[in-house]
Amino acid sequence: MAQVAEREEAAKRGKVPMLGIYIMGKRYLVPEGLTIQAALEYCGYNLVRSVGCRSGFCGACATVYCFRNDPQLRYALACQKAVEQDMYLTQIPFFPTAEALYNVDDLKPKEGENKLVELYPIILTCFGCNNCTKSCPQDLEVMEFMSAAIRGDYEAVYEKSFDCVMCGLCAARCPQGLQPYVAAIAGRRLRGAHLAPKSQHNLDRATEIEKGKFDAELDKLKKMSRDELRELYAEREIEPAL
Amino acid sequence: MPYPASMEDSKRNVEETRPKRLEKGPFPRIPAEERDVIVPKFHPDYKKEQFRELRIGPNKGESAPLEIADLLEGNSRIDPDRIDLNDVDYDVDVLVIGCGGAGGAAALLAEENGGDVLISSKLRLGDANTVGAQAGTQACDRPNDSPAIHYLDVMGGGHYVNVPELVEALVKDSPDVIRWLESLGVNWDKEPDNSYHELTGGGASRRRMHSCRDYTGLEEMRVVRDEIRQRNMHGRKINWLEFEPAIELLMDDKGQVAGAILMNLETKQMTIARAKAVVMATGGMGRTHIQGFPTTNHYGATADGLVLAYRAGCPLVHTDTMQYHPTGAAFPPQILGFLVTEKVRTLGAELVNCDGEQFVHPLEARDTESSAEIRECKERGKGVTTPTGEVGLWLDSPMIDIKRGAGTIRRELPAMVRQFARFDIDITKEPMLVYPTLHYQNGGIVIKADASTPVPGLFAAGECEGGVHGRNRLIGNSTLDLFVFGRRAGRAAAKWAKEVKLGKLTLDHVRKWQQEIKKAGLENMPVSPMLLPNYANQERPVPGFQPLGQVSRYTPFGDRAVRWI
Repeated sequence: MAQVAEREEAAKRGKVPMLGIYIMGKRYLVPEGLTIQAALEYCGYNLVRSVGCRSGFCGACATVYCFRNDPQLRYALACQKAVEQDMYLTQIPFFPTAEALYNVDDLKPKEGENKLVELYPIILTCFGCNNCTKSCPQDLEVMEFMSAAIRGDYEAVYEKSFDCVMCGLCAARCPQGLQPYVAAIAGRRLRGAHLAPKSQHNLDRATEIEKGKFDAELDKLKKMSRDELRELYAEREIEPAL
Repeated sequence: MPYPASMEDSKRNVEETRPKRLEKGPFPRIPAEERDVIVPKFHPDYKKEQFRELRIGPNKGESAPLEIADLLEGNSRIDPDRIDLNDVDYDVDVLVIGCGGAGGAAALLAEENGGDVLISSKLRLGDANTVGAQAGTQACDRPNDSPAIHYLDVMGGGHYVNVPELVEALVKDSPDVIRWLESLGVNWDKEPDNSYHELTGGGASRRRMHSCRDYTGLEEMRVVRDEIRQRNMHGRKINWLEFEPAIELLMDDKGQVAGAILMNLETKQMTIARAKAVVMATGGMGRTHIQGFPTTNHYGATADGLVLAYRAGCPLVHTDTMQYHPTGAAFPPQILGFLVTEKVRTLGAELVNCDGEQFVHPLEARDTESSAEIRECKERGKGVTTPTGEVGLWLDSPMIDIKRGAGTIRRELPAMVRQFARFDIDITKEPMLVYPTLHYQNGGIVIKADASTPVPGLFAAGECEGGVHGRNRLIGNSTLDLFVFGRRAGRAAAKWAKEVKLGKLTLDHVRKWQQEIKKAGLENMPVSPMLLPNYANQERPVPGFQPLGQVSRYTPFGDRAVRWI
């Protein structure tokens, strides 16, 4: 977005500046400002794999790129990154994973027990190269939540890994074969199901509903005409937003 | 500087009016009488020229958007005479078509209830609209709330045409849906006293929005998907096929749905999946770009389930009403139409015009909010124009931190902060430019409270089903709908599969459909289901081919163009 003024000028002249990029080795000219995903389509690729929500949540469009004269690999989600001059790119169609077997009901850790090391003993071989963190398109501190997993600090695994879209790039870059994003979801499920405090008001309401406490009131509403409902609706008390 | 010079003056107006707006408080709500005027006047659902009567099928004579009508009247992708139904590839109890939140929940419940389950997914498991649902899931579980209060909110939001039994199911199941998801490992936001952190939303009269930061749908989906994988790894009877959508339903000679024909998207090979029950969970239609609107929807949201069910004789309800989310991104052009979650307004951000003035209460029901925005731009000319010719209004997000304390935006809206930061816009300090965007299909396949449809053996859940939300869905009721009716569909389908005796497989319904098409002179309609949009540029790329933000040359439906992004 640095060249917005320039593009504005160009738009006025009826021309958008064109950038040269490489898709799997082939050179194309594309208008500045497209995302990598839109640029692929602009170049005629009809996507089947490596595309999903198109808004940065599903992790399907994990992309690896460098620049023509700079071998350093970089990582992004194709739907969330604008093309740049001389980008040399490809998309990863599929990530093989080897998830450990567990049953979420049995994940509750006993005192001093580290469930994540039990499920994924390989995480102990992490030697701290931090490649996982560098590869994260969400800019998460991946190595930090892996250290937390090794320590058995489930709360920190949850906190630090929560924004993970499970694209798999961290696993692709780990020289030790760890799969941080897979270990992290086990940690989060363990935390959500067993360590998060229970909310009694929810359980109480579910019981009340099951016992039929609201049935008479609902039956009355269900039988009401549009006008009766409309009147009630207009008069209803609205709780402040907090 | 992320915003171009041409928008700076207007942005300054937003900054300068903050103290005054803070003092004045929220804009008054629109009274019911006015809502009845501005929605028909400005909402896209009421643009008559964008609709037409369906010429064939169970809803013949009823109105549907042009884009949906074209798909519903489309021809089959198969020639029934060239398919050998004796050569069955999969033989299961329950086939679930689609795997977002509703399909995932249906698969889990069908398996738990003794069914042998196969999931057909067009993209990867879980790459669905569910993951983009940010704000939360409604459940009436606080002491000052009740299913009756929730019920009234849903009916009022939906203009009182919702099916009462479905709304009752929605609100009564809601607390248990939250508990169920937590038992699977979903991490809900909580208050220091261990109660759920619950916010309000447009059209809701109580705080009942349960959230997981602003990644609620992602958290729900990845947990459900992981559970499906784990059960499969344990050898339980739950399997899936990715990139292999259904292209036609199968029926038996007793008129019961009996499976589907699937197609491998890469090899184009067809497989036959026989099933005693089918759960349709294909989601929405955003990628048909109704009325040329950009969309918040995922790549596969092409109304496939409506098409398949319709061809098998299943009626649809409220097909003529779509939801235009009030806040889709209007700038930068890379993310045109992209969802800016309603949670931004829930937390206190205000919608303001080019002069920095409020013109609508930020938490009206969505159709009302969107209509007020369109009025502000089209009738009053108070929109802000971007360099690529889009018009939008300011969503003043920095007000959140001003009202609730510094750091609130980063804590509550990490996805929004991250996604705008990628384009050099800091939403903790700068407003966002927004405009209504195509978001949700309010109507869909007719169901009963157990998620069964009028066609025996066919069940439907989630966005592809209709009647629950009437003519307008409220925030946080879509993710609720997924799990309420997904679970009900899974349970009912497994039960049905235990009892039903399938007859001989047939594609006579397709033959009959093709005869009807011929009789109505519709042979030249495109084939459907659409499966995926075709955004690929068909021409040799030449410099200056397509200025950003303008329509692409791809015209799937005659000369009505769709947008690029």
